[in-house]
Amino acid sequence: MIAEHMPLMIEVVEKTVHNSIYSTLFFDFTIDFRPGQFVMLWLPGVDEKPYSLSYHTPTRFGITIEAKGTFSRRAVDLAPGDLVGIRGPFGNGFDIIFSPRTAVVAGGCGMAPLAPLVTKLHPELCFIHGARTKEFILFPDRFDVARHIATDDGSLGHKGLVTDLLAAEIQRRMEQNQPKFDMVYACGPEIMMHAVFTLCESHLIPCQVSLERYMRCGFGVCGACVCGDRVVCKDGPVFDSEQLRNMDEFNRTALLKSGREVPLPEYVTWRCQ
Amino acid sequence: MNPVTFLGKLLKSPLVLASGILGNNAGILERVHKAGCGLVTMKSIGPAPRDGHKNPTVIDLGYGMINAVGLPTPGYGHMDVEWQVLADRTFPLNASIYGGSVKEFITVAQFVSDQGPDFIEINISCPNSDHHGMLFGVDEKAAFAVTSAVKRVISVPLIAKLTPAAPDIGKIAKACEDAGADAICAINTAGPGMVIDIEAQMPVLAFKKGGLSGPMIKPIAVRCVYDIYNAVSIPIIGLGGVTTGEDAVEMFMAGATLAGIGSAVRYRGIEVFNQVNRELNDWLTAHHTTRDAVIGAAHEARDRRHTP
Repeated sequence: MIAEHMPLMIEVVEKTVHNSIYSTLFFDFTIDFRPGQFVMLWLPGVDEKPYSLSYHTPTRFGITIEAKGTFSRRAVDLAPGDLVGIRGPFGNGFDIIFSPRTAVVAGGCGMAPLAPLVTKLHPELCFIHGARTKEFILFPDRFDVARHIATDDGSLGHKGLVTDLLAAEIQRRMEQNQPKFDMVYACGPEIMMHAVFTLCESHLIPCQVSLERYMRCGFGVCGACVCGDRVVCKDGPVFDSEQLRNMDEFNRTALLKSGREVPLPEYVTWRCQ
Repeated sequence: MNPVTFLGKLLKSPLVLASGILGNNAGILERVHKAGCGLVTMKSIGPAPRDGHKNPTVIDLGYGMINAVGLPTPGYGHMDVEWQVLADRTFPLNASIYGGSVKEFITVAQFVSDQGPDFIEINISCPNSDHHGMLFGVDEKAAFAVTSAVKRVISVPLIAKLTPAAPDIGKIAKACEDAGADAICAINTAGPGMVIDIEAQMPVLAFKKGGLSGPMIKPIAVRCVYDIYNAVSIPIIGLGGVTTGEDAVEMFMAGATLAGIGSAVRYRGIEVFNQVNRELNDWLTAHHTTRDAVIGAAHEARDRRHTP
């Protein structure tokens, strides 16, 4: 079902603590969902924030939370039996291209919204995943697909950026006269998604990225999350190359809670509080 | 499209984007205009930066919405880039403003007027803040005072946005007209109301109370526009629950010159403007009539008049 109106109060049935910052809350509930969509998670008396689903089966779904601010710290402290409110799912979700020539590029907790996508893509996908350190690689054992790992400190895989790995893979395919990627999916810090987009543009490869902005209504009315002439909660959060080309605000500016437009780094700093 | 003239400005259609819906930047305002909206309204601009309330702030109940966003604003002095972009706009712009006192209204109005919007709308009707707005809209003297003060310092037409919480909205509208308002916009959200989640055992909105909008308030909006039409000679922007072309016709018959659209964006998307325009045209054509002819049509013949 879809909870379009009042929040649907449901019980946390299970919690998995992945590491010091990532935890997943599970709910035994049937929810209509496409990978990339999000729900508004309400902690009564605290606040309500958008979260993508990181797990989805016909009878269960999960939300993976990075504890970094007041709300998310409260959320990861929830225990089985606790009630939360859910509105949604909202947003468009990824356009799924079932081809052996797709790539998924995840950065940090950007892995969460991509996880339900990975399971729907062709098993021969190229799967690239980056994080600060080995410890912060989310869902290390969840998929059958081999992962190319990059870490900032080199504690696992390539020491450097996910775009190094994507660029190398694009290069390898060219040198071996293999066809190009039909689609690259990315989610992570916006600076990373922009680097993926720029790389794809230079090789004429289409991509889709999932943007994050401060949200209120979740259904395209209040305007809190506008990015250029796009409404992230309704038109997005997933945007394709064509839309990104016309979005000057991508990796450049975002609105604070007051509606004030600020450079993206200032927005990111505020969001992490 | 149905181009109309409103206070000397040519609008591509008789539809207005309600304040507080989408209007957070120039890009989205332009998109709404392109989607068939004659006059787009910016989100209310206040005297100082303000974050608004915590979430949940907006809930769709299906038969309308309840919201307490809480007047977030960058503050009039922190919108330089936006004003620069809007200076080169290709569409008519209505700038909504608010303040906590007549003095604050004057400060914001003066600054905003200098940025060259086509109209300034004074929000004297928001129920979602403890210290801003609505007090001016429920008292004739206060409404007169703020309207006349703002009128003196601006160089564009003034629209007063009213609340259905006024005991006699016609009298408030008349006070605004006497103070120099060029048009009335009615209504802001109704209520405030409250929804309680019985499982959580608490109000859903973080601010607890919130303004009601959408289909559930349309009869209140129509009654308010009807009363205002009987009280003033200046044009009226009628809004509150307008979702279809037929709803717009109803607003015109109550006495509105233009019809505003807000919550309907939830139900029909940004395309709602083109859809309502089309439905409005279809209705008028099928009834061999015009928008001008139906304005005020629900009133007794002796009361009917029309100032475009």
